[in-house]
Amino acid sequence: MSSLSREDVAHLAGLARIDLSDAELDKMVGELAVILESVAKVQQAPIADVAPMSHPMPLTNVTRPDVVRPGLTPDEALSGAPEQELGRFAVPRILDED
Amino acid sequence: MNTDLTRASAAELADALASKSISSVEVTQAHLDRIAAVDGQVHAYLHVDAEGALATARAIDERRAAGESLPTLAGVPIAVKDVMTTKGLPTTCGSRMLEGWIPPYDATVVRHIKAAGMPILGKTNMDEFAMGSSTEHSAYGPSRNPWDLERIPGGSGGGSSAVIASFQAPLATGTDTGGSIRQPAAVTGTVGTKPTYGGVSRYGLVALASSLDQAGPCARTVLDTALLHEVMGGHDPLDSTSIDAPVPPVVEAARRADVAGMRIGVVKELGGEGYQPGVRARFDEAVALLVERGAEVVEVSCPNFDYALAAYYLILPSEASSNLAKFDAMRYGMRVLPEGIDAPTAEQVMAATRDAGFGDEVKRRIILGTYALSSGYYDAYYGSAQKVRTLIAQDFARAYEKVDVLVSPTAPTTAFKLGDKLDDPMAMYLNDIATIPANLAGVPGMSVPSGVADEDGLPTGIQILAPATKDERLYSVGAALEQALLERWGAPILSRAPELGADLVKGA
Repeated sequence: MSSLSREDVAHLAGLARIDLSDAELDKMVGELAVILESVAKVQQAPIADVAPMSHPMPLTNVTRPDVVRPGLTPDEALSGAPEQELGRFAVPRILDED
Repeated sequence: MNTDLTRASAAELADALASKSISSVEVTQAHLDRIAAVDGQVHAYLHVDAEGALATARAIDERRAAGESLPTLAGVPIAVKDVMTTKGLPTTCGSRMLEGWIPPYDATVVRHIKAAGMPILGKTNMDEFAMGSSTEHSAYGPSRNPWDLERIPGGSGGGSSAVIASFQAPLATGTDTGGSIRQPAAVTGTVGTKPTYGGVSRYGLVALASSLDQAGPCARTVLDTALLHEVMGGHDPLDSTSIDAPVPPVVEAARRADVAGMRIGVVKELGGEGYQPGVRARFDEAVALLVERGAEVVEVSCPNFDYALAAYYLILPSEASSNLAKFDAMRYGMRVLPEGIDAPTAEQVMAATRDAGFGDEVKRRIILGTYALSSGYYDAYYGSAQKVRTLIAQDFARAYEKVDVLVSPTAPTTAFKLGDKLDDPMAMYLNDIATIPANLAGVPGMSVPSGVADEDGLPTGIQILAPATKDERLYSVGAALEQALLERWGAPILSRAPELGADLVKGA
């Protein structure tokens, strides 16, 4: 099995949008190695020709009648916003300069 | 009934309230006094809502005085795990990410509790986003086990188990993704049930792993647990995985406490090596007591349970990494600006916030899940884990062809010392080894006290597992065992726990 390098963990942290410090990265490389070695045990199970199971129950699509029902008011929806402006969520700029 | 209202069971309180021999305000105030006296030591509550609880209690007392017919548990106070949204009350999930967040809506479970007329005393501590077995991963500090304040109360629902065990509430809610109701119950000498997946609505619960999460009741007796189960459960159109059927007859089963003729399977793979001698001894005695009450016991093999822990720690982080992506610093929760960057982008703000707002265990699992789901590794990890999940469900199905319920110890050991496993994630994960298979297959499970271990005098638990939607069987077995043990002991197990500064309780 593959083990994770420090660069791999840094890349994953980037994908997960977590700005890990150098010290956190150092610690996590070793911890993930131990966990991955242990969870790789799933590959030793007799899983050939076994169908994967994503959910404990058969899932069916659930619909409801198309009628108006009460929802959050704009004030309620914005009540936890870190920043708001003109009744909307205020967010940092989306585009990078380069 | 005990003259100290905090020692009474929820069923006793409900009867006394119904006959108007006590008021809900008296019961609620007694618990608030108890919280003021002992929670400094236990640290089980993250937030106490004295005003709100007393307001509900007063309203219920008035409605009762007016002759209104009220639900069974009306006026009986309850503590709510901080993973459940409560309109107007902080909901942090044990994380800095949600510090100070006041949800604008109630979880369906909370709506049910309010409709039942139950005063909400406060919100209970938990491992951050329910990731842990000890509450040590709470951003607000660990809760302590009332049996020994240097030890863990289990996790993630250690706040709820500690509240119950220290008489700071007769009832509490929990959620169980891999054992977070059952393991805390086992290590504190209390009762807890993880219902069948879909038996209790997940609407308004901060999701950890959506295909595993299930909310359920925590209490000191099997009947109390059943009474709360009935309040929490039932179909909810707001949760598309909610089972469209009535709550199983759990209260009736708890009252009958009948195991005569029932076939009980002891799971061979859960209970051997790695299980503490005292845990095994109390388990064997409990099984013998069930035989005395007329149950038939056989050994059952579920060979693929050996792979359950590994599959769980791939499936859970994978689902968690996706669920926790919503904490993006944009709509609610924490927002932290990265240092040294003028006019940062949304992505930089998100990454800085998630580094500041999440604790180590949460980061570990998100990154593990990101890896398990990443292209090139998906088949080897997440895909294999999903196949193991099928094998485990098949093991259960085969077992339930032969027996009505399965039993095992709930946790391999009694409560360990705070700090003992904090630096070794795999050792911490092993606490859930016996509870995880039920979540993977979606079947219901319960933990009931089986006694205290000889070697350390700390509580041990027995786990009962039933086929999906047959939750009432848990209560038949649990209540029969509880009765048999009570006859033997002469007093409830919690009477053996040390007193916690009870002399400080006002008027006691």
